[in-house]
Amino acid sequence: MEFTTSPYLLKNASVQRVMLQVLAALLPGIAAYVWVFGSIILLQLVIATVTALLAEAAMLKLREKPLGLFLSDGSAIVTAWLIALTFPPLSPWWLIVTGTLFAIVIAKHLYGGLGQNPFNPAMVAFAACIVSFPALMSQWPAVGLQVSVADQARVVFGLLPRLDAISGATPLDTLKTALKLDEGSISVTQLLADQTVYGFFAGRGWEWVTGGYLLGGLFLLWRGLISWHAPTAFIAGLSLFSGALWLYNPAQFANPMFHLFSGGAMLGAWFIVTDPVSGCTTMKGKLIFGFAAGALAYLIRVFGGYPDGVAFAVLLMNICVPIIDHYTQPAIFGMKDRS
Amino acid sequence: MINREEFRSIAHNGIWKQNTSLIQILGLCPLLAVTTNMVNGVMLSLATIIVMALSNVAVASLRNFIPHEIRIPVFILIVAALVTVVDLLFNANLHELYLVLGIFIPLIVTNCIVLARVEAFAAKNPPLHATFDGIFMGIGMLWTLAVLGGLREFIGGGTLFSGIDLVFPGLSPLQLLPADYPGLLLAILPPGAFILLGCMIAWKNWVEARAAQRQPRPPIEPLAADGTN
Repeated sequence: MEFTTSPYLLKNASVQRVMLQVLAALLPGIAAYVWVFGSIILLQLVIATVTALLAEAAMLKLREKPLGLFLSDGSAIVTAWLIALTFPPLSPWWLIVTGTLFAIVIAKHLYGGLGQNPFNPAMVAFAACIVSFPALMSQWPAVGLQVSVADQARVVFGLLPRLDAISGATPLDTLKTALKLDEGSISVTQLLADQTVYGFFAGRGWEWVTGGYLLGGLFLLWRGLISWHAPTAFIAGLSLFSGALWLYNPAQFANPMFHLFSGGAMLGAWFIVTDPVSGCTTMKGKLIFGFAAGALAYLIRVFGGYPDGVAFAVLLMNICVPIIDHYTQPAIFGMKDRS
Repeated sequence: MINREEFRSIAHNGIWKQNTSLIQILGLCPLLAVTTNMVNGVMLSLATIIVMALSNVAVASLRNFIPHEIRIPVFILIVAALVTVVDLLFNANLHELYLVLGIFIPLIVTNCIVLARVEAFAAKNPPLHATFDGIFMGIGMLWTLAVLGGLREFIGGGTLFSGIDLVFPGLSPLQLLPADYPGLLLAILPPGAFILLGCMIAWKNWVEARAAQRQPRPPIEPLAADGTN
């Protein structure tokens, strides 16, 4: 885009610079992740990154686009990291590879590449894999797992059998399963008193990882790379629904704090719904998009069949983006109103 | 009678140029629901071929007697009668498969491929042409559904020809990938059918683009206006 009138201050905001800062913003979350779940996640990040870059290169070559320009923009690496962070750290290597290939080849390049994809590639990868491999996708290692990293790597590469003992459900999943299994006989309050599920203010261990994502998100906000609209609206949507149901029946529904700092809520709020490509463009649209995604994420998470709802909520809202943008166009400067 | 050139044109239109699934994108509901394996896709296509050939010849024979204003109800009546015959045939002779295909055999009545060919071709052409059109349109559908079904069951479960024992009791399905292949369930689900059909359409466009690039030649003239509904 070339603007000619008015003297503007120019900022060197290339895609590469933006993506590098997004990667930097993910670091606090990754650090907390390593501290809570062990350093095996670093291996998954490497697998995802290598797969994403290879797939990106292959697709660019197939589509006869300049390799160097698009490979170095870092967008594929951001997608890869988001995928690795949303997949269970002990998932077999082919699961991450399948997810990443799906994201880069189908969700990104078949729709026209960077800037053209209507759906968030990382969320497409998550949705495709959780639909295809529900069991593998919901096994998370227990916090403070006593298995050496070398052995964990062997599990990832299929050299050691997958042991049920080393992995279990997420706090969100535990909550849902417990409630489903014995209807009414166990209350959420009881369950959350259990220290293996609930930490200080949210799901045990998860609270720190999601806190790291929050920190990274605030960094992006401070750098001016994302606007406050979508994340705030997402958090508002999630809190409003979870808060209302929690006040209505605290024995049946967990508190908003738990929902905000468990599962993919924080990663979704700061790194997914803020995606400039698959999200809304108008400010009002961002508010609607974020709020509806947060509300849907809560509803799918609590009443749906899958352990977390953020991915499905974001994908559903991605479809609505064109119509939201259409109806939230701001009035052109100088016009009184569009009506 | 039909001459060689007309026959070639009808066959080419049905199998490739006007392929029901890849070009006209008709009959997507049975396509999505039934092609979870190759055998289901092929058998449903066979049922559709029978219905299409018979309904095309019936409509083409009666085309000068059917009042234009009420032609659609009359077509539907003819198609529905033939589908009932096929439905009873499947129920009697291939009962196991009939239970698998379920509602999709009666639903051939509402399959837009059948009505589209009756309306666009049989109502305007002599019976023999119409019969071949029904058969070749059906063959076009058959190979597409067979490939799609094969891809879906291979990616989804590593097998080929699963369910063949329902048609030929002596045969058993092939397990192409090792038994511990986890199976990409997505391919079996409807979204997988959409994605793979999209890939097949892309492949067809690619083949055509490459052929056009290699030698630009005049296309074969279509015999009649090919409409879609």
